[in-house]
Amino acid sequence: MLQNNKVLSLEETAIALRKTLLTTIYKAQSGHPGGSLSSADLMTVLYFDELRLRPHQPKWPERDRFVLSKGHVCPVLYACLAMRDFFPMEELDHLRKFGSILQGHPDMKRTPGVDISTGSLGQGVSCAVGMAIANRRDQNPGRVFCLLGDGETNEGQVWEAAETASKYQLDNLILLVDHNGLQNDGTCQDIMPPRDLAEKFRAFGFQTYQIDGHSIPAILDVFERIRAHQGGQPYAVIAKTVKGRGVSFMENVVAWHGQAPNEQEYLQAIQEIEEGLS
Amino acid sequence: MLDNMDMKTALGETLAEEMRKNSSLVLVGADLMGANGTWPLHGEFPDRVINVGIAEANMVGVAAGLAACGKLPVCDTFAAFMARRDYDQVFISVAYAGLNVKLIGSDPGVAAEMNGGTHMSFEDVALMRTIPTMTVVEPCDCAQLRQAVKAMLEVKGPVYLRLYRKKPHKIYEDGCRFSLGRADCLTQGRDATVIAAGMMVWNALQAAEQLNQEGIHLRVLNMHTIKPLDKAAIILAAQETGAIVTAENANYFNGLGSAVAEVIAENSLSVPFQRVGVRDQFGEVGGTSYLMERFQLTASDIAQAVKSCLKRRQIH
Repeated sequence: MLQNNKVLSLEETAIALRKTLLTTIYKAQSGHPGGSLSSADLMTVLYFDELRLRPHQPKWPERDRFVLSKGHVCPVLYACLAMRDFFPMEELDHLRKFGSILQGHPDMKRTPGVDISTGSLGQGVSCAVGMAIANRRDQNPGRVFCLLGDGETNEGQVWEAAETASKYQLDNLILLVDHNGLQNDGTCQDIMPPRDLAEKFRAFGFQTYQIDGHSIPAILDVFERIRAHQGGQPYAVIAKTVKGRGVSFMENVVAWHGQAPNEQEYLQAIQEIEEGLS
Repeated sequence: MLDNMDMKTALGETLAEEMRKNSSLVLVGADLMGANGTWPLHGEFPDRVINVGIAEANMVGVAAGLAACGKLPVCDTFAAFMARRDYDQVFISVAYAGLNVKLIGSDPGVAAEMNGGTHMSFEDVALMRTIPTMTVVEPCDCAQLRQAVKAMLEVKGPVYLRLYRKKPHKIYEDGCRFSLGRADCLTQGRDATVIAAGMMVWNALQAAEQLNQEGIHLRVLNMHTIKPLDKAAIILAAQETGAIVTAENANYFNGLGSAVAEVIAENSLSVPFQRVGVRDQFGEVGGTSYLMERFQLTASDIAQAVKSCLKRRQIH
């Protein structure tokens, strides 16, 4: 029953998160809605259940760290941080505006709660590996979660970092792959077939899970399994998702990778999200 | 006279001393730590020497992550890889992120010798000095390297150290003074100034000896810190000696020579000026002395450039 209440509450939060991030992109008239929506359920469970954080002490040394390696979907991260009170919700109105603490890609120097600056794909994974090594050396209980895109795995640096994570047996590192099947120029299958991502990470020495990235119970469950697991291996969660999830006309449409909705589209999107596609 | 030690050995010894004092200091390498003198430290500090294999971009990212968690990482690889291959990682994961990571690039310019043009970094200083917040240092011998490494670790922010790793010509005594961002005046002449860094400091001193015999007294400035540049020393040298030649083991575009030219131009210092450096060419296989002749980097080339400046001064 408690678990059911938690699931319901997180599902409501996911709706609020989707509305918030879309409103942010709409007001900025710039940003990346597709991947923000596909990762919204993963981000909901991370920021509203799994991550150990202190919003009023963003640099708490023992926090769980979060690396948004697919930095272009920062609207979903900024919305989470604002909703968790790292900074006032009004700051979201300044996304991508002059002098804003919310830059077009995550900037750790400007935004409370952003643990590393990202924007050039592949780089965040190496940074996450460095963080996990540091925490391991310091016997710091903080874990490192890193969200990356399936298209992002085209970058060779992802696999360089994966090898390193495996060599150093970083069981405090959890990679989450937002496997929405689309990238900037088209489908992953057309642009650069990802093949079996779970199999690839397994070959690199990861403990690997495949889940429905829009099922709150499945996401909760995978984090619980990871917490219970002890194997001296880093973790990779391949989360099957739908790009643009929750807004009918955005779902699985490449064009919504990096385009802001107009007023009519925005109003329709909000209505659909409230009606609860997800 | 050659130093009695390779610079890579001096680097390893200095880092070991600092690691004993500072528990947050960690080394991150990419399978060239043996070449650079850092891999032997693995024995004493097994948990603090991280070798990520042949993955230089990942090395810089891992170092950034370590720095984000309060460590003080020092990365090393060849200069060609640190600057060319890792530029985006150095730019974003380290500098843009404001993280305190130290970068050592070895075998600069002609020092890559028999590895040839692919490994010959004539552009690393130019690339690194264009990154905001980056400090760029090029020490010339073992004694100066030891001080430069200590100074580098005191800087709060990214530093690129350009390392000659073999036996250098000895110029400084152990325990020499080193002031980051302040050029060393090695000879006090007043007829013209040569501003040099790294391996070229020795060539500049040789040029000073050659010209001395012809009654021309050179001022030699060791510009060991290329960024931030010691503008005051350049302005003073222009005013007091009236002619400036730069000498760099690099493409003469966008490196030390260009940096000095910027100061001369922006301060309206009307002095004859000439750069000694690689004239926009790729490197090739050869020993250091052959390559210095090939790319016109020798003491004689520097002396020639000085004379050319003096001639221009007479005409005006």
